[in-house]
Amino acid sequence: MRTITGAQAVVESLIAEGVEVIFGYPGGAVLPLYDVLYSSPLRHILTRHEQGAVHAADGYARATGKVGVCIATSGPGATNLVTGLANAYMDSIPLVAFTGQVALDAIGRDSFQEADITGITLPITKHNWLVKDVRDLPRIIKQAFHLASTGRPGPVLIDLPKDVQLAPFEFSYPEDVDIPSYKPNYHGHPRQIAQVVEALFEAEKPVFYLGGGVITSGAAQQVKEIAESLQIPVTMTMMGLGSFPGSHNLSLGMLGMHGTAAANLAISGCDLLIAVGARFDDRVTGKLSTFAPNAKIIHIDIDPAEISKNLPSHIPVVGDVKLVLSEVLAGLEEQKDKLEGTRQQRRLWVEQVVAWREQYPLTFEEGCEIKPQKVIQLIYELVGQRAVIATEVGQNQMWTAQFYTFEKPRTMVSSGGLGTMGFGLPAAIGAQVGRPDAVVIDIAGDGSIQMNSQEMSTAKSENIPVKVVILNNGYLGMVRQWQEFFNDCRYSCVDLQGAAPDFVKLAEAYGWLGRRVCDPGELKEALQELIEHPGPAMLDVVVDRGENVLPMVPPGGSLDKMILTEKEEGAR
Amino acid sequence: MTPNKRTISIQVVNHTGVLTRVAGLFSRRGFNIDSIAVGRTEDPDISRMTIVVEADQATGEQLSKQLNKLVDTIKVSDVTDDATVARELSMIKVSADSSNRSEILQIVSIFRAKIIDVSERAVIIEVTGDESKVTALIELLRPYGIKELVRTGKVVMVRSGN
Repeated sequence: MRTITGAQAVVESLIAEGVEVIFGYPGGAVLPLYDVLYSSPLRHILTRHEQGAVHAADGYARATGKVGVCIATSGPGATNLVTGLANAYMDSIPLVAFTGQVALDAIGRDSFQEADITGITLPITKHNWLVKDVRDLPRIIKQAFHLASTGRPGPVLIDLPKDVQLAPFEFSYPEDVDIPSYKPNYHGHPRQIAQVVEALFEAEKPVFYLGGGVITSGAAQQVKEIAESLQIPVTMTMMGLGSFPGSHNLSLGMLGMHGTAAANLAISGCDLLIAVGARFDDRVTGKLSTFAPNAKIIHIDIDPAEISKNLPSHIPVVGDVKLVLSEVLAGLEEQKDKLEGTRQQRRLWVEQVVAWREQYPLTFEEGCEIKPQKVIQLIYELVGQRAVIATEVGQNQMWTAQFYTFEKPRTMVSSGGLGTMGFGLPAAIGAQVGRPDAVVIDIAGDGSIQMNSQEMSTAKSENIPVKVVILNNGYLGMVRQWQEFFNDCRYSCVDLQGAAPDFVKLAEAYGWLGRRVCDPGELKEALQELIEHPGPAMLDVVVDRGENVLPMVPPGGSLDKMILTEKEEGAR
Repeated sequence: MTPNKRTISIQVVNHTGVLTRVAGLFSRRGFNIDSIAVGRTEDPDISRMTIVVEADQATGEQLSKQLNKLVDTIKVSDVTDDATVARELSMIKVSADSSNRSEILQIVSIFRAKIIDVSERAVIIEVTGDESKVTALIELLRPYGIKELVRTGKVVMVRSGN
């Protein structure tokens, strides 16, 4: 037992939790904490906006699997975290956010830079605390890391009044954590698992539907073994990309609104849907009543509330995906004499989905202008396996999901559930901090990049060599696409071309390498230069303005009713 | 109990803000609270909430799961279909003067309710019972002129064994 202050206790607790880096922004109410950080071994990365800090912590967590940590001051600092917390909550990303708060006796008096941040973040955190007694602090931090990283992960927030940070107390960090009301269920029920095994053998046309939970749980290997040993085609959500090798013969790529035709047709035609760590989001299912209409549904998820939330499942299994699938594998092993026969039976089905994939490949027409899809394909050719790809939100994100072949987990860092424009650059910075040996590229749009471009300064000052490729069509492209399809081409408030910044000059202003490319013939060489540049670099790629993301399932439509080509859209 | 109402009984850790967490969950998931009653239990660290919510069985199930996810929630039971005893308390201020006071008194005694305050122009009646009894009394008193009405919302307890 030593007597230290609350602020010192925070830093010591972070070190005890194995935290190596934190992202933050100082201010009046966190001065005591920053005073301790001044002489601590923890790496603190000063972002240029609190939203940058929380997204960077999020990107770090996605790319490494560790808990991301961020700090902001009270009031506006804390409220600037809100979007980032909501983003992490939607995608189940483990974060611990510390916010400063006005002193205890000033709370509730509308004090300077006071905001009820625990109240504000109630629906967008897994849990949060306002620390009123410094003696509770070590237990709360221990619980915070435990809650953030276990069960279904998520962001948590600890609000620290300034006087609590300054208060001395006898500090010891608890070794164990006990929250009687929080006991996630890790092991699937044996009877349910037996039913899964039976259904896997019985089905004639099974399909995997893999979500982000496969990556969170580290179950890619188990999925691959089951898929291969029973010849089950695989579809993935955007959050699930990388959980199964995109180049694998059984991979049909992404399903859903902008999924591949093969994936969506397989879902529509399957007789067994194996949903793993996925949550039947509307962007995936389209019209619920016609989603996998002929299928028995297995749903494996650690969160019991996800079972039958949107679509009733026939065989629900609540548990950690990796543990459950390991049990399923053991169950298959017990009946391994049946495996070969099942594989043979599946041949027609696999031939069918492969035929769909060949009949409806993701495609685009080359022209005299640069096509955004081509940019993504070239990036993959050039960096392939050594890259972590971040995206912004919109067309850039969907083209990346479609045309970049993700082979491994934690290689895609993208805002799924919340769809947060401005996420990509700070998240890429966080990912690069966590994965210093990887080439980290943010694939951006000219709209999204302007939402957090201040973080270019963070990358420069911290020598974080992230790359940004802007697919510049001078539009808020996805909104423009919807307006083209669903609002009779009334392009309301989406044209950015008139007053667009010169992104080359912007890059140079921040001390980055900046370059623009318009000619398809120069594209590859320009990307090569970008990737090989040792520091942060931005490539402004001027692309065909009118290009759309296809296929597309209109919102609320059935997955088997896709708009496949521009011609088809024109004829609608 | 009408089929589109569920009664959920929740044990929660007695922290500040826990009521906000529970109530907030209802509003953000789009569930309508019919009534809510909160109080400490035999264990001072634990409170019990009895919530009546407009929901069918499937929605009630989803709601219970979401409530279970709150870190401060110890136990959630949907007791709608269980054998329970349920009570709520209501106080009703009714216009009453010498001309009709005895009539009102008769109704009150039939319902085993109590007069807890009398003034020249009104009486306050306290009634305890299940929802239908309280509602029936209120309807009978309505013609006399109800000036004010408060209801606690339902509290329930599951019966023990057979």
